[in-house]
Amino acid sequence: MTEAAPLFCMEGVSKRYGGVRAIEKADLDVTAGRIHAILGENGAGKSTLIKIMAGVVAPDEGRMALDGRAATFASPAAANQAGIVCIFQELSLIPDLSVADNIVISNPPTRFGMIDRGAQRRIAEEALARAGASDIHPLALVKDLPLSRRQMVEIAKALARNPRILILDEATSALTAADVSKVFIVLKRLRAEGLALLYISHRMHEIAELADECSVFRNGQKVATYAAGSKSDNEVVELMIGREYSHVFPPKPTRPKSETPPVLETRKLSWTERLRDISFSVRAGEIVGLGGLDGQGQRDLLLALFGVLRGCSGEILIDGKAVSIASPAAAKSKKIGMALIPEDRKTEGLMLPMTVRDNLSFAALDRVSHGGIVDREAERRLIDDMIKLLGIRTAGIDIAVGALSGGNQQKVVIAKWLMNQPRIILLNDPTRGIDVGTKQELYQLLRKLADAGAAIVFYSTDYDELIGCCDRVLVLYDGAVKRELVGPEITERALIASALNIDMAEVGRAAVTA
Amino acid sequence: MSDLSTTRMPAFMRRLDPAVTTAFVCILVLLLVGSMYSRNFLSPEYLLQQLKVASFLGIIASGMMLVILLGQIDLSLPWVVTVGAMMSSAVAGYGELGSLLSVPFGILCGIAIGLINGVGVAYLRIPSMIITLATNAVAQGLMVVYTGGFSPRDNASAAMRYLATGEAIPHVPNAVICWLVVGAGTVFLLTRTTFGRSIYGIGNRERAAYLSGIDTRRVVMTVFAISGGLAAFGGVLLAGYASKAAQSMGDAYLLPAIAAVVLGGTSILGGRGSYLGTVAGVMLVTLLLSILSVMQMPEFGRQIIYGVVIIGMLLLYGRERIQR
Amino acid sequence: MKDWRFWLAEQRGTLLAVGIFVMMFIIYSSNHPAGFSPNVVQTAANKGVLLAFVAMAQALVVITAGIDLSVGMIFTLTNCLASWVVVGSPLQVAMGVIVVLGVGSLCGAINGAIVIYGRLQPIVATIATGAVYFGIALALRPTPGGGVDETLADAMTGRVFGVVPASLVVLAAVVAVVWVPFSRSVTGRAAYATGSSEAAAYMSGVPIRRAKMAAYTLSGLLASIGGLFLTFFTYTGDAAYASGNAYTLFSIAAVVLGGVSLFGGKGSAIGAIFGALAFRTIGDLLFVFDFDPLWQPLFQGVVLLLAVSLGAFGLFRVRNRLDWFG
Repeated sequence: MTEAAPLFCMEGVSKRYGGVRAIEKADLDVTAGRIHAILGENGAGKSTLIKIMAGVVAPDEGRMALDGRAATFASPAAANQAGIVCIFQELSLIPDLSVADNIVISNPPTRFGMIDRGAQRRIAEEALARAGASDIHPLALVKDLPLSRRQMVEIAKALARNPRILILDEATSALTAADVSKVFIVLKRLRAEGLALLYISHRMHEIAELADECSVFRNGQKVATYAAGSKSDNEVVELMIGREYSHVFPPKPTRPKSETPPVLETRKLSWTERLRDISFSVRAGEIVGLGGLDGQGQRDLLLALFGVLRGCSGEILIDGKAVSIASPAAAKSKKIGMALIPEDRKTEGLMLPMTVRDNLSFAALDRVSHGGIVDREAERRLIDDMIKLLGIRTAGIDIAVGALSGGNQQKVVIAKWLMNQPRIILLNDPTRGIDVGTKQELYQLLRKLADAGAAIVFYSTDYDELIGCCDRVLVLYDGAVKRELVGPEITERALIASALNIDMAEVGRAAVTA
Repeated sequence: MSDLSTTRMPAFMRRLDPAVTTAFVCILVLLLVGSMYSRNFLSPEYLLQQLKVASFLGIIASGMMLVILLGQIDLSLPWVVTVGAMMSSAVAGYGELGSLLSVPFGILCGIAIGLINGVGVAYLRIPSMIITLATNAVAQGLMVVYTGGFSPRDNASAAMRYLATGEAIPHVPNAVICWLVVGAGTVFLLTRTTFGRSIYGIGNRERAAYLSGIDTRRVVMTVFAISGGLAAFGGVLLAGYASKAAQSMGDAYLLPAIAAVVLGGTSILGGRGSYLGTVAGVMLVTLLLSILSVMQMPEFGRQIIYGVVIIGMLLLYGRERIQR
Repeated sequence: MKDWRFWLAEQRGTLLAVGIFVMMFIIYSSNHPAGFSPNVVQTAANKGVLLAFVAMAQALVVITAGIDLSVGMIFTLTNCLASWVVVGSPLQVAMGVIVVLGVGSLCGAINGAIVIYGRLQPIVATIATGAVYFGIALALRPTPGGGVDETLADAMTGRVFGVVPASLVVLAAVVAVVWVPFSRSVTGRAAYATGSSEAAAYMSGVPIRRAKMAAYTLSGLLASIGGLFLTFFTYTGDAAYASGNAYTLFSIAAVVLGGVSLFGGKGSAIGAIFGALAFRTIGDLLFVFDFDPLWQPLFQGVVLLLAVSLGAFGLFRVRNRLDWFG
């Protein structure tokens, strides 16, 4: 077999968001008739890479070539035109239209200016058959289909565009095992038909079964490309490890296991199919991390604790007593004393056009008011304290919070909740998109709060932070706690291995023998 | 004290946002134009008369402003105004006690309709535009049944007439005092209370407000109730002013109320706006109307100019930000 | 599942509206003193068709997840305009009709342009343009008056073959010429997609702006057909504020009854038509049962209130409270 010229290649491609580099001088070759798997931990640059390939974002620098000719894509439509079709994690289906409507949406067949329903039906049936989903009726409405069926429609929709390069970004994460095997048959057939497939997944056994070659990304760069099967799981984990350690973490105290009842405890907490029987506890003074790959239920868990999700089963106990928390208002009440630093500070944490003052006191209005009337003097004192405590750099408390830097905005979000003097602090990836200096201040602050007696639940997509900050880490996989790591067990190797749901014993043995 | 004034200064400066400044400039221009048409236009009597007319709109627009600050809208205003006028006049017929209760009863009726709106918007998540149109229709239906389709025969009570036309302080119409009280209350509510902070927060981003532990639904419901109450109070005063209620007397207030709020720089998407702006908007709209009538501009011209001015101003300030 | 069951599921809202209408109409005509006669049908049709056109107009915009609060005013404006121009020789009458329809489309297009390119909220933009359109109507007809070609008017409001009301025939023709091609075109598909999920539509490369523009423009056109018919019925033009407002309001009620989702992407103009006919029939039910006609507005208001509250039931299925906030 002669080595075919790559169908698509990218060289030295970089992309920065603000000051944060997402990928840096990345290279990638994609060959027709091959399945190429991309591996990497959270934030390694995988999704930016495919967004660039699919024309969703423009690279800052670097070259891309298709068929040996230079290529640039101004929009997803342009990339489609060139034969690059991407199946994104977030579905792009239109809920109120039928399956057939959706499959032909970007280029419906027409006759006399009207959509030719017969032809549309044929195209849809053909595409569904190619995707191995003939059981889906083309006339069914997308919103009536379960998530796994929708994902199959998404695949059929991509196939109907006759792609030369098909990118699947975690396309199997919502599928049932039966569907996955069907999809694999389809993907293998497509490979035989000469398509190039780019397959992003965190399921190692899928990659082992499917891929011809694998590339590992780390810190926005490709660190290795190798033929599938030529490396052990352990070696792959080894490749993924090695993020630059640039943070200084405060020392973790070694304190004896206390006998006081945990401040926060859950028993078999479940919600739809996103959270499964989660039981854990957090004591005063403890920082418990939530690990795992992005989107394994960590966010849902925090929202469930904070009273946002409806229809949760299982128990939440505060100070050993079962409570029901039906709203954030109940969660922040004195009795419970919970605070949530939400995921997206721009839409969930702050009101950007409002002033620093208004934002800071928003969650703690009860504390600075009497009979519903704000005591501006008390408010200002408390705000001054917070600004000093967190070192928020602002030109004054009456400027819009949107004018502050990202790091300072995040400090405002945290300060806003500290004004309420919470006993339980839930943090949802609070360091995303903020500068290193601010991050380190936050680590110090978290430890200080814990030492002062707060119980902290800290979700981070940055393993480095989990290792540096947490006393314990719960690794979630598919909505369930897969593993609990305590103290010295919290290593990057252990975090990645359990996030990928690889048998730990095996990795451990390999590490010893290595 | 010095650091206090430096933190207060930007707050004051910020309130002078371009929309409010423009609105005040427009008021001056209108006064100038008006004075060219009629010498009387700048006389104290005439201006006081304008202020009195503006008071009715000002009270009604105050409620609308609160609703718009939430990012919602209250289209039930026309018939809530009428309900306030008719119901207060109706009670006025029942002797001494009726006369005494006329004003509060009219306002209560408005609050009741506002509560229905509020429950629909806050708890049933029905788009405010739709539910308020529906309650407007129901209110209209109720009033048609009540009056038998004719102009109501009830007369306004003495209290209503006194509030609308009397002068407790010489040369200062009571209507203006009513507006002052409502306005002062609104300013206090918006700037000094937790409730006011919540309104701005919800208008900016209800999701963030909810996650901050605000009972956003209760706030939204209450605001609609206040809006209903103020609209009805406006109706009570209008009935007092004209000595009786009339069918569809509220129709003429929907557009000016929205216009006044929006022209005063309050964002139709919610979360941004000051009462000072609404005051400017109310005066602007009132003067515009007044000049058009001094110019003997027929009704059609007023409608067209209203519409064009609102769209023009909105294109300047009220555009949605580009998403991508 | 068989094809027809999917079709049934998709058309459930529309079919429900048809069902409500048929039921109401049976109750209505069986209690009508004159019984089920061509005359009763003709009168009912002529009343219902006006609202049906305006409701269709509203439905087009609502499908894109917008709203048109000026639709009743376009209806009024074109009524006043028609009372001036649809007179004279047959050629002049024909030209007049074209002018009326053209002005209606233009009004719709202006709404569309302001919403799409001006990026204003449809609700405020159309309240304001509604004032402008009403102002123009008032300028055209300060007092009720004018006329219309009576031959044409009588033909349009009479009966075809002595049985079928001509207005219904025209309504069916408009559905065939305007709605059916639109709903089956790429643009119409795009309108549904935009209304259902604008973000997904963008990701799929759907022509969002073209779809919205077409929806608003056609909406103006349909409202002007309604205005034309109003002139045929009344022989006059009348810039009545209350009537224009009522049509806007009833069009929303009809759309909701007709199974068109106010959140966009769902329903059809045919549903809106039957919603309109049903709404009218419900209103007229009071007459055949000898209720005081005074109760009609209240009755209609309550029906509207109940109709809009029905949509709230989906709320109980929400599992994540953050979904309340869109």
